[in-house]
Amino acid sequence: MSLSPEFSVLLYEGRGSQALPPDRRFALCAALLDRGYSVSRAGLGARLAPGQTSLLVLAEFDDGHAPDLEDAAHAIALSACDIAGLSPDAVTDLVERRRGSQPMNQPGLWKPWFPVIDYSRCTNCMQCLSFCLFDVYGVSKDGKLQVQNNDNCKTNCPACSRVCPEVAIMFPKYSSGPINGEPVSDSDVKREKMKVDISALLGGDLYARLRERSDEAKTRFSKERDASKALAERKKCLTKLMAEGMIPADVLASLPSPEEIQRRATAAAAKAEAALAAAPSPQP
Amino acid sequence: MSSPEPRLLYCRCAYAQVLPQDVKDGVLHHLCSAAHPFESVADLCEMSARRDPRLAELASAPLTIIACHPRAVKWLFHAADAPLPDSTEFINLRTLTAPEACQLLPPPA
Repeated sequence: MSLSPEFSVLLYEGRGSQALPPDRRFALCAALLDRGYSVSRAGLGARLAPGQTSLLVLAEFDDGHAPDLEDAAHAIALSACDIAGLSPDAVTDLVERRRGSQPMNQPGLWKPWFPVIDYSRCTNCMQCLSFCLFDVYGVSKDGKLQVQNNDNCKTNCPACSRVCPEVAIMFPKYSSGPINGEPVSDSDVKREKMKVDISALLGGDLYARLRERSDEAKTRFSKERDASKALAERKKCLTKLMAEGMIPADVLASLPSPEEIQRRATAAAAKAEAALAAAPSPQP
Repeated sequence: MSSPEPRLLYCRCAYAQVLPQDVKDGVLHHLCSAAHPFESVADLCEMSARRDPRLAELASAPLTIIACHPRAVKWLFHAADAPLPDSTEFINLRTLTAPEACQLLPPPA
């Protein structure tokens, strides 16, 4: 993500301020967190994180006035607000105003959906890289599989995790395990993963099958010049995947033409092959 | 010299809400009732996606993370170039009830 909301809130209850009742503390924290803010609860001696550029201190100050604050190192923009008598909603609105135009992701606008690699399981086989049509995966300088373009990932699509032979790809927001990060059981590993299921579904490798469909479609185009029939055929194939709950409908709807799928699949496979060829041979 | 007490980090999972609301609220209320300071973030996944530098700071000291499945949390930090120390403890709000999770936390003041 390109946005960098290093704006944080500190709920201060140290010297010079009142301790908040637990219910009020809870209501304030929950309201701010649900709007996407990070909240620290601290007294004196709170630590500031590197990279943090702006910190708003909220407290019920003894004299009812927020002090002027300044970071001696001028690294962080510090400010304080007195929140005595303000409802949680009013405090949240106050924080929003203080944030001003500083960029921030907010809940509801974007779902953090991207693959997370469990490197204790990943064998660097590059099957995910070969499989993904959206260029989510790449290879590090030392030849290691990486998630490089997580913004490209299609929300709610866990298909790449199903082709991983080691159950090493997680989507923490997914509903069920082991894709959501639950411990991997022996039966998960023995299940031959979804790669097998994909093959069973389509009678062979997914992309090979799509390519076949494409070729078949081309043949039909030449015979019948009927693009709509070809499109219907492709939809039938992809709808089968959707029916298995493997790929969300909107992801299927956004898939490119069979020709483009073929081009991308070829490019991804070449990238994976190059990475594997460049990787050092395993030591005996 | 004894090792420092782990900091508490609570994830609200605000961006997708895969954690049960009653569990999230029950645990946050418990944290807010205790004397112990804590850090809370809207969503660890979102921070990992942005490679938020605050994750590295959090990972630099002993930590107890109150979030979802430990395997997911561990590798979310790793993905943000903020590997967690082996001593990190996890409280899994996807599998525990609120009372079960609260039993693992410092008691209310």
